[in-house]
Amino acid sequence: MTSTETPGFEVDPALYSNLAGSQVNVELDTGDMILNLGPQHPATHGTLRLVVRLDGERVVAADPVIGYMHRGYEKLSEFRTYPQITTLINRIDWLSSFANEVPFVHGAEQLMGIEAPPRAQWIRTILTELSRIATIYLFLGEMGLQVGALTPAFWGFRDRELVLNLIESATGGRFHPNFNRIGGLKDDLPWGWIAECRTTMDKILRGCDDFEDVLVGNEIFEARTRGIGIIPGELGAAYGVSGANLRASGIDWDLRRDGKPYLAYPELDFKVWTHSDGDSFARYWVRLQETREAVRMVIQLLDGLPAGPIMAKVPRIIKVPEGEVWVETENPLGQMGYYIVSKGATGPFRVKIRSASFSNVSILPWLLRGVYVPDVITIMGSLYFILGDIDR
Amino acid sequence: MADETPDTPDTPDASADDAVTDASAVAVEEVPAIDPAVAALFERFEAALGDGVVDHADSFGTLVVRVKPDAWKRAAEVARADLDCDYLSFISGIDWMPAPKPAGDEGGDTSAPVQPDTMTFGVTGSDGRLQVFAHVQSTTRHWGVTIKTDVADPAPTVDSWVSVYPGADWHERECWEMYGVDFSGHPKIRHLYLPGEFEGNPLRKDFALLAREVKPWPGLVDVEPMPGDDTEEGDS
Repeated sequence: MTSTETPGFEVDPALYSNLAGSQVNVELDTGDMILNLGPQHPATHGTLRLVVRLDGERVVAADPVIGYMHRGYEKLSEFRTYPQITTLINRIDWLSSFANEVPFVHGAEQLMGIEAPPRAQWIRTILTELSRIATIYLFLGEMGLQVGALTPAFWGFRDRELVLNLIESATGGRFHPNFNRIGGLKDDLPWGWIAECRTTMDKILRGCDDFEDVLVGNEIFEARTRGIGIIPGELGAAYGVSGANLRASGIDWDLRRDGKPYLAYPELDFKVWTHSDGDSFARYWVRLQETREAVRMVIQLLDGLPAGPIMAKVPRIIKVPEGEVWVETENPLGQMGYYIVSKGATGPFRVKIRSASFSNVSILPWLLRGVYVPDVITIMGSLYFILGDIDR
Repeated sequence: MADETPDTPDTPDASADDAVTDASAVAVEEVPAIDPAVAALFERFEAALGDGVVDHADSFGTLVVRVKPDAWKRAAEVARADLDCDYLSFISGIDWMPAPKPAGDEGGDTSAPVQPDTMTFGVTGSDGRLQVFAHVQSTTRHWGVTIKTDVADPAPTVDSWVSVYPGADWHERECWEMYGVDFSGHPKIRHLYLPGEFEGNPLRKDFALLAREVKPWPGLVDVEPMPGDDTEEGDS
């Protein structure tokens, strides 16, 4: 092979030393392979690009490349008035848009020194929990898809639609409600909505049982998720991993219970579920319980919904006094926070958006080191991120 | 829109003005109403950090501490070790400079909020236009603290937190590309959101929002003039 000597083109024989045909029974020098997952990979739920360096089937290093959907909301917010900004932040985590609005509106209300009336707070809580159900329910189905079970994914989409219908009939928007106003809500709940909501909650509970029957305890599902992608609780916290991802690592911390009181959560009776394993399975299990807990909360809220107005008295032109406020809430994907700096104008001077998925995904380079390629998909699925929530 | 008068200077925060003059004068008694829990938290922080603290405040129940730039990394260590703040929420920057071309002047965007055109600083004040701030929290004690520090204007540099909170990696990359703040000790600082060849620091106030520069917004250019509205139709 090496006998062909082209003038001006010298071939180093060492190059051929690892050819399979030339040396048998010698361990091949495979070298590392760079594999691009995304930005259009179906398992990435959007445009996350993951550059992984592989040694055989094992990941040596992983580097997420984000920003394909960066929309610059922090910059845009500086050019919008407060009521306009809720339109933008609806699109951060588009599966639970309503829950995104709550901390921002709450922050503006704090700065202005007004408080939404109780009924508005309770309806906000109901809709936040409905967004949580809609978001996590999709995850419960999609997680099956990651390990090859197609049926749960259909269930997830089918029953989530019921919840989205509820949100739509109350707010007018299926995905982007834009229903919060500074000082309250745009509208009251429509007639018959509460009864409809109760029926749907029953269906959701039954759906959760179905997921549990089909996936939890399923041999394939457990083999693919148990012991895979373990996040140690302390490390997860230092990375800023939040929400169910952190609670699945044994950290008992939920802003609905432990944070500054917001919405109607102080008056609700609910349990914060944790799991000690920290693996993909634990994340699935915690989210499954959280969905049930959210249903319980919605039922409690519907039972105790106070009467009264849904808007506080607010000036026609909203000017927010000078000040800085940090507001954080427990959103379906984790901790969502806004640091709002106001200089007394109709719009904020600076808004820092702290989104959950950004920090949840930032642990991927650490988490994916040493795992096998198929597990990359299940780990990413179990972290459950929304691209808009990473890229903002 | 009529009642927005950009020339009304917002009453400058008295404590902020004092803080920039002398860093050692920790103005505990100037802050009028401070929540006891926040005050106790600050005492812990100050006891551990010592003279690195410049100023502090209680902003809607959240402790905000401004530290000296050279104490920035020590503040993180103190927060993690002495305040049990094991959770990193975010690190970001802020540019206090007013936007040089305030939106809303004639021909421009009349719907955009008009910010004051003097440089005022927020809670706990600042020495210059650029600041870096972060929020850390405790998952066990359920408290949190916002830590701020000033960075120099021409060549902003501050210590990296990556060795204290590994999650600081991405936040510092974002702050670096958005504000141009360099984090010394960061393993590999590079673009996060923006393409590698991008120039400029988009979140600085002097970085023009291009969409607003090329045409007034919203929709003043593209629409046909309203009946009776024959005065002007945007910049074109």
